[in-house]
Amino acid sequence: MAVAALFASCSKNNDNIEPDYNEDNLASLSVEFDNIVGERTLVLNNTASLYTNAAGENFSLSKVQYFISNIKVSKADGTTYTVNQDSSYFLINGADKTTRFATVKVPEGDYTKLTFTVGVDSLRSTMDISKRTGVLDPSGSMEDGMYWGWNAGYIFFKMEGNSDVVSDDTNGDPTRKKQFKYHIGGFGGYSAPTINNIKTVTVDLTTAGIARVRSDRESNIHLFVDLLKVFNGTNSFKIAEHPNVMFSEFSTSVAGNLSGMFRHDHTEN
Amino acid sequence: MRKRAFWLVLLCFGMMLYACKKENEVKDTVSEFLGFKKPGNFPEPEYKLDNNPVTEAGFLLGRSLFYEPRLSRNNTISCGSCHIQSSAFTQHGHDVSHGIDDRLGTRNSPPIMNLAWNKAFMWGGGVYDLDLQPIVPITTHEEMDESVENVMAKLRQVSKYPTMFKAAFGSEEITTARFMKALSQFMIMCISANSKYDKVMRNEDGVSFTADEQAGYELFKVKCAGCHSEPLFTDGSFRNNGLGPSPIDDQGLYTATLQATDRYKFKVPSLRNLTYTAPYMHDGRFLTLNGVFDHYIGEVQATPNLDPLLQKQDGTRGITISTDERAKLTAFLKTLDDEDFISRKDLAEQ
Repeated sequence: MAVAALFASCSKNNDNIEPDYNEDNLASLSVEFDNIVGERTLVLNNTASLYTNAAGENFSLSKVQYFISNIKVSKADGTTYTVNQDSSYFLINGADKTTRFATVKVPEGDYTKLTFTVGVDSLRSTMDISKRTGVLDPSGSMEDGMYWGWNAGYIFFKMEGNSDVVSDDTNGDPTRKKQFKYHIGGFGGYSAPTINNIKTVTVDLTTAGIARVRSDRESNIHLFVDLLKVFNGTNSFKIAEHPNVMFSEFSTSVAGNLSGMFRHDHTEN
Repeated sequence: MRKRAFWLVLLCFGMMLYACKKENEVKDTVSEFLGFKKPGNFPEPEYKLDNNPVTEAGFLLGRSLFYEPRLSRNNTISCGSCHIQSSAFTQHGHDVSHGIDDRLGTRNSPPIMNLAWNKAFMWGGGVYDLDLQPIVPITTHEEMDESVENVMAKLRQVSKYPTMFKAAFGSEEITTARFMKALSQFMIMCISANSKYDKVMRNEDGVSFTADEQAGYELFKVKCAGCHSEPLFTDGSFRNNGLGPSPIDDQGLYTATLQATDRYKFKVPSLRNLTYTAPYMHDGRFLTLNGVFDHYIGEVQATPNLDPLLQKQDGTRGITISTDERAKLTAFLKTLDDEDFISRKDLAEQ
């Protein structure tokens, strides 16, 4: 009896009966991209308390920005809803906590699977400039922008920081600031084919909690985004060996690590 | 009978009046803004005009922005600084472009000319939509070294711009898309199609080639048109024309595609207005047209991806052109000069 009461008090709403699927009756769902670094929270410019990667390199982070787009949710019976594309682009900025939620509208229902793109799909990357508003506006500066003008396309993932292992020569940082830069992009090319670093991530929600989307509350899928995976993922590498990765063949290795950053921690219904 | 003659005279008089009136109407139309007009001897444009129809207000705003030094960090460099109308919108006399703080780029400033028929921009590709092209010079360190965001913030402070944006787009709001579309409207109106060649092709004003020009045209069709196809005098492709790699080893299209088969390929430039656009090639290495002929006749190098058209069957490279043929080809190429294009008032800084 006491246990049952406890369960009941955990649920904000006892009405867990799934409503009928109706694409005309949309409710709010948020996906939280909570940046972490291994066992620690993300603190930018952490020069007094450095992070360490699997290769034993100590580093601090000064900039973390990435695009999340094309959000889809699926129910246990396989029904999948794709969020209206015009409202499905988000720029998560590690320096601005308010950007960590990607909030979308989906039909009421119980969702067991979440799918999204890390980056910007090729269709949007070639659309007329009038369709590139909000976070897709290509007007940002070289420093903070997420767009390559010379090779027209978005930078999907940008992470910069400092490490003493970065050399002072042209392979490292000739300005002697010991800075490393990872700018990962490449949507496959307009007419001539080139590298494609668009990654699709699918997260199973059944273990850590399905999303019960209802119009009278906001369900929040809380993901941890482990930035240490950039170095320690399936294609692990050393900062010392690759301190600058932008538009190059090696960027596909780094991009291969990005999908592994996302881990479902829990869902708040 | 007499009555009939009277009516006939009246009819003739009426026709005369009508003819006079028509002439006046034509005059009025010429002074009016005609919008984007495809020259009779040109193909359909590549630029998507449906997404950005050219209007007089949009063109005037675009022209104002093209000559606006606020596009650069310290308000010193405009698009017109490196794309000078009297040089067919190139930077005559500069091998590589000369930008902000006297910084030098790595490539020769290409002409703003017939861009509505361009499929790709920049010598090494990478940009495939004219509306996105201005971001490159605005943000490049050696060119304008500014951000588009900041340019727009500056423009909002200049009283004429909100008014001009309103006239062009319906409200005073200055956005990236509107800014780019206005620039595109001006740039696609920079059409060069009034050379002697064009007049001959359109049978205008009884213009015809001289014997040398005609002979040069026939030679051109055999020896040059494989890449520099009419009427734009470029097929818009990227090719390796056998230039020895520069000291900075600019690999052209490869930089944008990372495909080994694209190493040392550069965009085939148009041959229109050569008289005004020296020096030549992506890095402006040839000061004269003779230098270009010398290259194709005897200096083509076997670098990776050399264009097959420059590979002769006997194993040598280049194009066979005799001294006499060179003179005739030069005579023909001069017919591609468009005096009207480099002096038209409507394209000039006001």
